[in-house]
Amino acid sequence: MDVTAGRVVKGVNFVQLRDAGDPVEIAARYDGEGADELTFLDITASSDQRDIILHVIEAVASRVFIPLTVGGGVRQLDDVRRLLNAGADKVSINTSAVQNPALVSEASNKVGNQCIVVAIDAKRKGPSWEVYTHGGRRATGLDVVQWAQQMQQRGAGELLLTSMDRDGTRDGFDLALTRAVSDAVDIPVIASGGVGTLEHLAQGVIEGGADAVLAASIFHFGDHTVREAKAYMHSRGIEVR
Amino acid sequence: MKIAVVDYGMGNLRSVAKALEHVAPHAQIRVVADPQDVRAADRVVVPGQGAMPDCMRELKARGLDAAVIEATQRKPFLGICIGLQMLFEHSEEGDTPGLGVFSGRVQRFVATPGQMPRLKIPHMGWNQVTHNRPHPLWAGIESDSRFYFVHSYYAAATQDAVGRCHYGLDFTAAVARENVFAVQFHPEKSQNAGLRLLQNFTQWQPEVS
Repeated sequence: MDVTAGRVVKGVNFVQLRDAGDPVEIAARYDGEGADELTFLDITASSDQRDIILHVIEAVASRVFIPLTVGGGVRQLDDVRRLLNAGADKVSINTSAVQNPALVSEASNKVGNQCIVVAIDAKRKGPSWEVYTHGGRRATGLDVVQWAQQMQQRGAGELLLTSMDRDGTRDGFDLALTRAVSDAVDIPVIASGGVGTLEHLAQGVIEGGADAVLAASIFHFGDHTVREAKAYMHSRGIEVR
Repeated sequence: MKIAVVDYGMGNLRSVAKALEHVAPHAQIRVVADPQDVRAADRVVVPGQGAMPDCMRELKARGLDAAVIEATQRKPFLGICIGLQMLFEHSEEGDTPGLGVFSGRVQRFVATPGQMPRLKIPHMGWNQVTHNRPHPLWAGIESDSRFYFVHSYYAAATQDAVGRCHYGLDFTAAVARENVFAVQFHPEKSQNAGLRLLQNFTQWQPEVS
């Protein structure tokens, strides 16, 4: 769930945002449908609205008892602590990991690597992929696979890998990207970006080698329920709860 | 009824407290850091996350180790995650002695080279817990129900295990004796099955010798 000003929104290729509803209500609905985990990304641009996400997470954590990952605007250890104290189980770091890789080590040492997710926004560049930051607006010149390995060494406990080329398109995951990263690290990889059908979810695990799959659009706009997604994945031989 | 959630400075206890409030709305749930508050509680929950050496150091620095051991001897006690691991004699993580309530050792998962699919560490996600034997805290929870795990170290199979899980190998998912119950998974994050286990704990009346 991409959250801004206390609302869930969804864009295409990281722009063209559409309102998708109230985060607490949506979280409760997905929990009821059997979601295994919920991810919130604070995409609020202005810093004076930063605390809104803390209230959202507090409200969700009082009603929903499954793991919550929260990211967006995490710049220092104190941001990590505030999100964990609000009820997040994992904190996802993206831009700041690139600007200050020591933050990942520091946070991992302080709160444990199980709490630290590094989010990687990846865009195809020739035969490989490049890491982008600032919500997909800034190219870094970093190679995604090498960056993933470096983040594992720094103490990331999990990688949230988003294909910018596929995000919101409903064309399916970038499976080559997912496979390249999953094979390169020993920590769990969550595939994200591009799910349009239930088969896409199964492909992410079977062909992409992802340990978990994330989808937003197909659930937010009522194409499928989480329950349908899990039933389908089960029918494809994937172990699901 | 007073339920103490023991806070030794190692991270977020809010989810555990929130989940207990959810299943026991009439109980007094307190996050406590003072050994006297642990002693005054009717039931004690020891959660934990982070590294075992830090957890043991912080527990001792606050004088909570003695209060926790006392609680394991006389009142309904629930350990969660590191709160399970610290009940054993020793953890490989930082070569750390535990509280020795259960015999056995805590070890790190090891990925075998060439093994497919590759064993990702930490073990993070939902996995099935098989009951080794009946227990009041399993009431209403079927064997092989899924719970949420996040850990890199595990307690080896032991005769005190009441539940096991498989991740590369069989390990202890739940251990129990008399008034003590401890789980490697996170019931506070395991939706209905986890909430049921917490509710069972708040109602548990074990014989205390």
